[in-house]
Amino acid sequence: MESHVVSNLVVAVLVAAGAGVVLAVRRSRMWSAAFASLWRRRRAALLVVGVYVVIALLDSVSWVGGTDGRTDAVSQHEARSVIDRVFGGRQERSYSAPFAEAEFYGSAPLRDPGGHWLGTDMIGRDVFYLTLKGARVALLIGGLTSLIAIPLALLFGVSAGYFGGRIDDIVFFVMSTLASMPGLLLLIALIMVMGKSTLAVCVALAVTGWVGFCRVSRGETLKLRELEYVSAARALGVSEMRIVLRHILPNLMHLVIITFVLMFSGLVLSEAILSWLGIGVDGSWGQMIDQARNELSRDPVVWWNISAAGAALFGLILAVNFVGDALRDVLDPRTVQEGE
Amino acid sequence: MTALLEVGGLTTRFPLPGGSVPIVDGIDFAVRRGEVLALVGESGCGKSMTALSVMRLVPKPGRITAGSVRLEGRELLELPVDEMRRVRGAGIAMIFQEPMTSLNPVTRVGDQVAEAIRLHEKVGRAAALDRCRVLFDQVGIPDAAARVHAYPHQLSGGIKQRVMIAMALSTRPKLLIADEPTTALDVTVQAQILRVLRDLQDELEMSILLITHDLGIVNELSDRVAVMYAGRIIETAPRPSLYSRPRHPYTQGLLRSMPALAPPGERLPEIPGVVPSPRDWPQGCRFATRCAHVFARCRAEVPGPALLGEEHLVHCHWAADAEASS
Repeated sequence: MESHVVSNLVVAVLVAAGAGVVLAVRRSRMWSAAFASLWRRRRAALLVVGVYVVIALLDSVSWVGGTDGRTDAVSQHEARSVIDRVFGGRQERSYSAPFAEAEFYGSAPLRDPGGHWLGTDMIGRDVFYLTLKGARVALLIGGLTSLIAIPLALLFGVSAGYFGGRIDDIVFFVMSTLASMPGLLLLIALIMVMGKSTLAVCVALAVTGWVGFCRVSRGETLKLRELEYVSAARALGVSEMRIVLRHILPNLMHLVIITFVLMFSGLVLSEAILSWLGIGVDGSWGQMIDQARNELSRDPVVWWNISAAGAALFGLILAVNFVGDALRDVLDPRTVQEGE
Repeated sequence: MTALLEVGGLTTRFPLPGGSVPIVDGIDFAVRRGEVLALVGESGCGKSMTALSVMRLVPKPGRITAGSVRLEGRELLELPVDEMRRVRGAGIAMIFQEPMTSLNPVTRVGDQVAEAIRLHEKVGRAAALDRCRVLFDQVGIPDAAARVHAYPHQLSGGIKQRVMIAMALSTRPKLLIADEPTTALDVTVQAQILRVLRDLQDELEMSILLITHDLGIVNELSDRVAVMYAGRIIETAPRPSLYSRPRHPYTQGLLRSMPALAPPGERLPEIPGVVPSPRDWPQGCRFATRCAHVFARCRAEVPGPALLGEEHLVHCHWAADAEASS
């Protein structure tokens, strides 16, 4: 299947899942109260995150064919997303400042005078457009990696904590081994082995990133396993598997959500560091910053490139962290009970 | 009367540095159909471990090393794991000391009880919830229909313990093990819970193994009493006989130290000394280190059961000798 079809399907699944989550949240009194409280505290941050998500989704829906007057030199057989179609400005030959009528060095007239809100980069690509495209990459890295790392950490953490003994020994050995290797070195090695694709970077980040949450979920499971409702379930003849699914995992959900949000921003930043080392994901803000580094030494300075990527990155991380902090307050079982 | 549960020579050992220790040491007792047997003893004497051994839920690294547990003649210690799981709940149910943490905080209480019902019977969720509502009524939860949809943190301790009782009874067990069911509750609520237990026991004709250290509760609820000390049962008797004529010096000491029975205005008598730790349990009678009537044989030889009076079994050299010489 072609990649843009897969991408469209993923968007459909995500939208459906999002709707499902919204419905589930509305049905559960506890979760809808938590969300209402979150909305009250961090309305702006939630809206900012929402804007990023919408941009990323719009950039993920794409189809072949159709042209518009703004883009040129695009193959008719290439799939282009909504963002491509709306914001894909004309390619210039070189740098131009925001809203400029002419090129930055040399003053040659632009093909699209005044049409580049954030200017163009070294090879004449529209910076605003590139910045918007970066949102999809950032959310993909944060989301996909968490989607690999958190279930992995839960699987190992919960089974180690619940069953203990030999399983615990093995999991602990793996965790300690991973934790004793320098993370960045391991990341580079993994990406070198798997090749430099988005998926490879996500897998590498997940492999180095699951240990922390594994430790947390193991510890929490150790605590939950000794609680009397687990003994009570056992005394009623509930099987071990069912106890894990019905009594342990649901009580870890608040940790999963908090970890997801906090992990997410950390991962987006890690990718920026990887890009700086030249092994990041194509089209990410990290890569834009990396490419714009040298431009800071030009005279006069080309500043819009790095500022746009930096601001976009900063905005997303700040908003996500704000939401994450508030979420921790809202979902912490000690505070949630006072609220009701 | 035939025995519903027969426990013989049950021994549960825990490994400690310097060798494994029998926390439950070869105890025998039986619970008859429709009776309440109280297992009495102070903290750490092994009474909870006895209950967990009967359920085969001894926490690791403990292990049942000897003895037999028979429910209606069926040996539980030799059952395969999945059949034992069916016995738990349907044959023997258990309620715990701490109602505050005995319910899953993220699941509605009705769903938890319904889950227990559906584990042992093939009924739909709606039917199970209906049964749950009836059970909530039976255990005296006010406004049962609404409480089914409540989360545990919305309920008080007494109501939570009633939910636990409802959950334990939902599978229609033949034997209910109640491990200190009222210890964590207010005195007024204690009385209500005891009444619920007694009413339901009559109504459902089940047997109860009541584990407690509170002799007041024993007096209120039980038909027969087994007194445990340091991993062994030292005296078993019908309740009236035990209260009117305790034979073992430990039981005598326990009853004397009950505020309700002591003469007013005087200092409560106490049993001197402390319970020996499992690691230095004495050779002969375990109570020998604290007993006022101790003599040489007590320190050397474990006292066997002596039948003094109707169904009144005592493990004590002194009491047996006194009875023989009178």
